[in-house]
Amino acid sequence: MKRVRLGTGAGYSGDRIEPAVELAEAGDIRYLVFECLAERTIALAQLAKRRDPSAGFDPLLADRMAAVLPACRRNGITIITNMGAANPHAAGAAVAAVARSLGLGPLRIAIVTGDDVTEIIRARQDLTIEETGAPVSSLADSLVAANAYLGAEPIVRALKGGADVVVTGRVADPSLFLAPLVHEFGWAADDWTLMGKGTLVGHLMECAGQVSGGYFADPGYKDVPNLARLGFPLAEVAADGAATITKVAGSGGLITGATCREQLLYEVHDPARYLTPDVAADFSGVSITEAGPDQVRVDGGGGAARPGSLKVSLGYSDGYIGEGQISYAGPGALARARLGRDIVAERLRIIGLPLRELRLDLIGVDAIHGPELSAAAPEPYEVRLRVAGRTHTLKDAERIGNEVEGLYTNGPAGGGGATKMAKEVIAVQSTLIPRELVSPQVHMTEVQP
Amino acid sequence: MKLRELAHSRTGDKGNTSNISVIAYRTEDYARLEAAVTVERVRRHLGALIQGEVVRYALPGLGALNFVLTRTLGGGVTRSLALDAHGKCLSSAILDLDI
Repeated sequence: MKRVRLGTGAGYSGDRIEPAVELAEAGDIRYLVFECLAERTIALAQLAKRRDPSAGFDPLLADRMAAVLPACRRNGITIITNMGAANPHAAGAAVAAVARSLGLGPLRIAIVTGDDVTEIIRARQDLTIEETGAPVSSLADSLVAANAYLGAEPIVRALKGGADVVVTGRVADPSLFLAPLVHEFGWAADDWTLMGKGTLVGHLMECAGQVSGGYFADPGYKDVPNLARLGFPLAEVAADGAATITKVAGSGGLITGATCREQLLYEVHDPARYLTPDVAADFSGVSITEAGPDQVRVDGGGGAARPGSLKVSLGYSDGYIGEGQISYAGPGALARARLGRDIVAERLRIIGLPLRELRLDLIGVDAIHGPELSAAAPEPYEVRLRVAGRTHTLKDAERIGNEVEGLYTNGPAGGGGATKMAKEVIAVQSTLIPRELVSPQVHMTEVQP
Repeated sequence: MKLRELAHSRTGDKGNTSNISVIAYRTEDYARLEAAVTVERVRRHLGALIQGEVVRYALPGLGALNFVLTRTLGGGVTRSLALDAHGKCLSSAILDLDI
């Protein structure tokens, strides 16, 4: 039975680069997939593109391509990535520039667009926001960008056209991996079982190191070797959709049933209905079997018909956040941090700051899980006060940090290491639109030798 | 005994909804997890951290439970005021459950 090997080159925008090079050089893979778009990344990229029409794609794109393209060209590896973010055309041009500077032509670059549905959303004010039930029109001028999650189809088209590098904007993460499987095996787009199996592979692979021992170690309970040289995963997939998840021999990390089970459920709600643009995947009957050291066999994924709508992330301007922090240590640290906290709370009332929301945390005590869960914990040696608030203006946000910093000369004894920040918030909510309204396009360009 | 002795866990986030897996190290412990780690226990343990609903999905074939907690992340990672805006540390809170 025909088999295809694909590797994950990145699981988020800032991910390590060396593991991708290792896969390209020693992974014996046919495809290298870089997943680099988080929920809000694309809205921030839209803002960057508005300021500079040649910006708005992943800032590490050129570095990543320069690092992996030589080995990918040598070994016949096709690259698939959503690093195009808000500007796939500019990202494609950046890939071409890297290829030219390294003398790596001929190189066919496919650019996938059509995920930007901002104008469609503005014209369709009848849609509702999934999280709140409010009409999309309630976002009005605060809407920054709307991007639909595309599926595997336009990437399959790009691969059929002979692309060596496929650059997209918003595409559902597992679809980046499903596409080469559909292309290689000629799977029918309405074979829901195979779409489900391929989506399962994509879901396990999309966070890179999170399936190969990253985000897993808990010393004494779950020990993982050599995390500083963590190997990213590769999947060997058979034409029937069964797969083995493994990594380059000698790399750090580990792949076991436990690492795969943790990643299988990561960001999943109903495991029997994991919705993507391609399929309603069913992970409830998946079997995970250790086939050898760092080799896990995955099978039993299934699926039902794909949803009739596409999810759209709506990036919108949601005011500002201001924050300040200051530390206290040694005897009485907790009492002084509490005093500092109470002073800032009172100061914010005295100056009449218009706050939409306020949060006062003691880092080391209750900042992560709140006062209830930490009530019985012993007093720590050092405590860091953190005050964060949501405001309508940047100026008001800055005043929060200033009030915390003011504890230096106006607050309890021994405060140190004050920091402050203020930022604009681009938040994300979602809506659903009929898929007929979205028409993905593939544009091919070629770098000559 | 703490849940941590029998199970491991990972938290994921989508918008304002958190999911927390609870996965048995040994499949023979799954039935015990299913009986002990109920929706009510999770709700009581996490208390005010949960502002919405709690739903539990059982995956006996994987020896795992998956909890889905709505309105738990301060509006989600893109707007939350929390230090851990993803709610990534919730898995560690769950493993502290007495069972």
